[in-house]
Amino acid sequence: MKDKTLEIAGKKFNSRLIVGTGKYPSLENMTAALKASGSEMVTVAIRRVDLKDRSPQSFYQALPKDMIILPNTAGCYTVEDALRVARLSRELLNQEPALLKLEILGDPKTLLPDTVGLLEATKILVKEGFKVLPYTNDDPIVAKRLEDLGVSAVMPLAAPIGSGLGIVNPFNIQMILEQVKSVPVIVDAGVGTASDATIAMELGADAILMNTAIAQAQDPVTMAKAMKLAIESGRMAYCAGRMVKRNSAFASSPPL
Amino acid sequence: MKIILNGKEKEVADSTTLQLLLQAMQLHPEMVACELNLNIIKRNKYGSTQLGEGDCVEILQMIGGG
Repeated sequence: MKDKTLEIAGKKFNSRLIVGTGKYPSLENMTAALKASGSEMVTVAIRRVDLKDRSPQSFYQALPKDMIILPNTAGCYTVEDALRVARLSRELLNQEPALLKLEILGDPKTLLPDTVGLLEATKILVKEGFKVLPYTNDDPIVAKRLEDLGVSAVMPLAAPIGSGLGIVNPFNIQMILEQVKSVPVIVDAGVGTASDATIAMELGADAILMNTAIAQAQDPVTMAKAMKLAIESGRMAYCAGRMVKRNSAFASSPPL
Repeated sequence: MKIILNGKEKEVADSTTLQLLLQAMQLHPEMVACELNLNIIKRNKYGSTQLGEGDCVEILQMIGGG
């Protein structure tokens, strides 16, 4: 089966890996990991300038210049805050189209998405012309509602942010993949290691967004490469179509 | 005069503009987004945006994140 190119908001991507830029041991390490990942898009957060800390300026310099920047309303807990950060990100980046990872968190302990606020903010931002990529729960109903609102991708979590637990509910991810057909489904958050990424891709996810699994690995650069291969491998297996599972043995060689 | 810059009081020259404020802070306009009293100011208006006593200025930038 021939694969078709991933397309998000009219942009074509050769890599099905989107990488975050937080929590790396150093900026040099981040740059090397981003390059090793083969990814073409990175997420960034928007924060107040701290006059005593000039490192964010070096941060921008450390991003590989050919990568598309996906601003994230990271750390927003209300619709109001998310709208503000979204609009500021558009002014800051001045990119066309105005891509946005929309994240509205429900509480600081679980960091799970507030899907009620998410639907409300999505409606407003789509109307304002943003290409919204909402970070959502692994809830097929909400995923469908987001698709209906005109988002550019639906991004259900595999597990809570930074947990590295892998896909805790593959059944829900599968249902989302069966229901959301008009835009890419990107598994965002919760992947811990390469096999988690492969499983997500084998289920049929269009792409994966991850940060901690790479940044907090003992060797982020090698893990970035592992994730690249894992995603390619899982996607290839998905396209190839796996064999049928059987509850009994089935000899590979003819009888003697 | 006093303004509130990113939540903290700051003393600035009376006739200062957003552009002059950024210059004094050694911030490149392309690297930031600015709000004046919660309204986003377009980058091409920094030079003509005069600050007044008590104005709330927020200057934001990109940082690492997921």
